[in-house]
Parts: sequence; structure tokens; C-alpha cells
Amino acid sequence: MVDEATRKSLSGIPLLKTKAGPRDKELWVQRLKEEFQALIKYVETNKQQDNDWFRLESNKEGTRWFGKCWYIQDLLKYEFDVEFDIPVTYPTTAPEIALPELDGKTAKMYRGGKICLTDHFKPLWARNVPKFGIAHAMALGLGPWLAVEIPDLIQKGVVVYKEK
Amino acid sequence: MEELKKRIEQLEQELKIEKLKNETSSVARPKISQMSSEVVDSNPYSRLMALKRMGIVENYEKIRDYTVAVVGVGGVGSVTAEMLTRCGIGKLILFDYDKVELANMNRLFFQPHQSGLSKVEAAANTLSFINPDVQFETHNYNITTMDNFQHFMGRIKEGSLTNGPVDLVLSCVDNFEARMAINAACNEINQIWFESGVSENAVSGHIQFLIPGKTACFACAPPLVVASNIDEKTLKKDGVCAASLPTTMAIVAGFLVQNTLKYLLKFGQVSYYLGYNAMQDFFPTMMMKPNDGCDDYHCRLRQKEQRESLILNPVKETVSEEIAAVIHEDNEWGISLVDESEPVVEGAHSEIAPGIHAAYDLPVAEEVVEGSSDSVDANVSLEELMAQMKSM
Repeated sequence: MVDEATRKSLSGIPLLKTKAGPRDKELWVQRLKEEFQALIKYVETNKQQDNDWFRLESNKEGTRWFGKCWYIQDLLKYEFDVEFDIPVTYPTTAPEIALPELDGKTAKMYRGGKICLTDHFKPLWARNVPKFGIAHAMALGLGPWLAVEIPDLIQKGVVVYKEK
Repeated sequence: MEELKKRIEQLEQELKIEKLKNETSSVARPKISQMSSEVVDSNPYSRLMALKRMGIVENYEKIRDYTVAVVGVGGVGSVTAEMLTRCGIGKLILFDYDKVELANMNRLFFQPHQSGLSKVEAAANTLSFINPDVQFETHNYNITTMDNFQHFMGRIKEGSLTNGPVDLVLSCVDNFEARMAINAACNEINQIWFESGVSENAVSGHIQFLIPGKTACFACAPPLVVASNIDEKTLKKDGVCAASLPTTMAIVAGFLVQNTLKYLLKFGQVSYYLGYNAMQDFFPTMMMKPNDGCDDYHCRLRQKEQRESLILNPVKETVSEEIAAVIHEDNEWGISLVDESEPVVEGAHSEIAPGIHAAYDLPVAEEVVEGSSDSVDANVSLEELMAQMKSM
């Protein structure tokens, strides 16, 4: 189910240990630390491999996340705001990553710009609770989504390059 | 600027609602203080009260004492709320964070002119016109986020007509996250609820009755799927996430409210699980026991309480019926089930009952993805990590 490229990018992301969600007080702080360490490692690896593609930060409770992700095609950088909430049932359920500015522009989205994940994502996530975290959701969910959808949206003229 | 825009949007919505109220108030009927069984054209309850005369329901008026929470007011939830409203339920609490859109018009209930209104407000407006005797409480938020979840639990605990727990929660949401949130809340509060769902290909659906500690909770097993007998290879998901049909949604809403009425008004038998396969008109039923290794702490706690209460009160279980087999007591038309043993293509996953299987199996060792397991440096504070991430 997981292709070689994904498996390779996943192997660079530390697995998490603490099974705790935002309602779990001190344990959640522990989990958040693991989340940040995994994300930092993942971004570092991406940079080393010349495949840097997102930045994220959170509110101080770690319940709301926001940042940018980008996709490069023909040397042009297409950048999008990314955001999501951590549900109370996290990490049993994965975060629902959203790209609000693309809401309504593609059918591969649920309302509010939440990306439509593949049939494989949820079973894979469920089998890897609590080891998968936000970094894994980005690598397995948003990464492949951008790689499929953005070239298509560019071709259709729905997404156009903006000088930033 | 942004705030002003929002404010204008809000005021426009309010204006829209007020206009609707004015249009409708001229023809609205007055409230009725007591349900009458008198059979006259002007009595909106005469056909419901007839259920008493026919011996189906012992005390239909009791419905006015009950409060039902409907979570998700979409294709299934809106129809569910309308049915309960027409049945004269005491109070409805509606939860949904979404707005009415033209893309919803392939489903029942909402109308094009309501586009842009919040679903809960638009629904309460229409419903209170249909039956002014029903009390409505609406919450326009996403129940899965921290703050809203706390409030949601509070309303389930204290939202009834007597400020106690609601009598039943009906899950009419369209995603796994929200179902898991409702499940967590109901296990924690010890609240009986129904789950409902329609598949993303619109040709199957189900309802499930959940009694914490007594039946399997939503986290006890991977989500259940009614076999649709469609070859996955021919099912194209390119370009869309979900399809929907008003028919399937209305059928599932009908099942849901029928079982709600049976549970509240104590008639017939409440189905623990009732599936619907539209391709073959197949309706599997079953009952699933809780998983003693369930991931949800409160589910395990409720199971423990259940075991203890069974030891204290060793009542003979009168509900030892439906495990899988369906026996019809009389069969005057000579109808029998035909073995439709076509290969079930999705059946790669463990079948729970005939025609029902898990969406996926848990856990399969080889599926577990390897990753480097750097241990967490305990000396680094969260603030430092946040700052480090921000400066990347």
C-alpha cells in the first residue's frame, strides 16, 4: 500500500511514543514535544534532500496548527496556506488537513478545504496509532495530495502562479 | 475590515431569518398544550395518537417528555430531525458547523433560498414552523475541537427538558473523526446513542445502537462496512470524494427514527445493527459485544460496571435474541432468503456477520511502517521546540 518513495520519506521521521490527545493535560505536553521533534527532524531531512516543502507552527496549546506548504513546477513556486485543528480524539483519528484557499476549486476536497485522502491513509494511520504524528500526516496525506492535485489544477488554470 | 465584513454577513443572515419568519408567521399554527386523539382535520397528532388505539404504542403522549440530540444536520440528520419534529418530540438539540449550499440540493429538506444560512438555524426555522410545539436548541460549531467538545458534552449531560441528560443522541455525521468524538463523549457520560451512516458511494448505509458497556462502542472495532458487492476495480474515485443519493439517506434516516421511536416509546424490538445494501436490497442485522481490549478507557470502564451490575443483579437476559440468524415467526407468503453467494469482493477483511465486514483489519504487523525511533530529549522544553520549529 505504501510505495517506495513514501516509505523512504517516512523512514526519516521519528516515531512517536506517547498516546495522548489535547484532553490529556501533562501527557499532551509530552506528546507535543514528540510532535515538534518529529516535525523538526522531518523538515531537516527534507532540506538535506532538497525537498523542503512546508512549514508549520501551532498555538501555545498545540491544538491549532497553521503554516505554509508549496509545490514547485517549472521552477515556479506555488504556495498555499495550510491549517488544521487537533481533534479531541487525536491521535486515534488523524488531523484533517485543510488548504482553505483551494476550497471549491477541486472536487478532491471536503467543505472548508479539507483534503480528500486516499483509501489507504486511514487504515494505515489506524494501524500505526500512536506512532504516527503530524509529520506523518503531512508526509502521507498532504504531500501525495499536492503531488497529484496541484499539477492538475495548474493545467486547468485554476491555480495560477503569484509573485510573492 | 475583516471583522466588519463578518459582521455584515452575520446581520444579513439575521435579516434573512427575520424575513422568513415574517413570511411564515401569518400561516403558522398556534401551540397545542396537550396531544389529543380526536380524529379531526385540524388535529396534527390524530394519526399518531391512533397508534395507541391500535395497540402499537401504549402511551404516545410520552414523546413530548423526550429530548433527542441530533449531531450533524446534513442529508440524514435534517430528515431525521424533520421526522422527529412531525412526531411531536419534546425537544431537539441540533449540532452542525456547516452552511447550506446549493450542492446539498440533491438531498431532502433544505431549499435553495436557504443557501448561506447555517444548517442548524435554517433547520430550526423550518422545523419550528412545521411543529411549534417542539423546543429547539441549536449549536453551530464543530464538536471535535477542544472547547466545543466540552460544551457539547455539557449539553448532552444537561440539555433535556428537565435540564438532565438527553434521552438519546443520534449521530448523523459524515466523518470518522466526528463519530469518534461522539463515541468518546457518550462512553464518558454513559449516554445511549445511535450511530448512522451512508457509504461514500451512496449505495449502502447502516444504523447502530450503542449502549456503553453493553454493546460494542464505535472504537471497539474498525468501522463496519455493509458489503456492497461492487468490484473495487470498477469503482472509480477519480475526481470526487463522495457521492450521495436522497433515497439512501432518507432510508437510513427512516431506519434511525423508527428505532428511535421504538426505543423511546417502548414498542417492537430495537435493532442493534441494521445494514442496508441498496444494490441488492439486502438488510443484514446483528449485535456486537464490546471488545474488552477497547482503546477507549471509558468503554472499558462501562464494561466493568456492566459486569459488576450483572453479578449483583443476575437478571435473566431477556435480550438473547438476534446474534445473526433472523427467524420469522409467521411467513404466510412463503418468503425465504435466497443464498446470494456471489463473491464478496471487499471481503478480504474479517467478516463480522453475513454481509458486514470491517473496513480494515487491525493490526497487521507488516503494514506497520518502520521509522527511526530517536528517543525524545527530555531536557528540551516545549517552548524551545516551538521556537526552533518557527525559526526553520
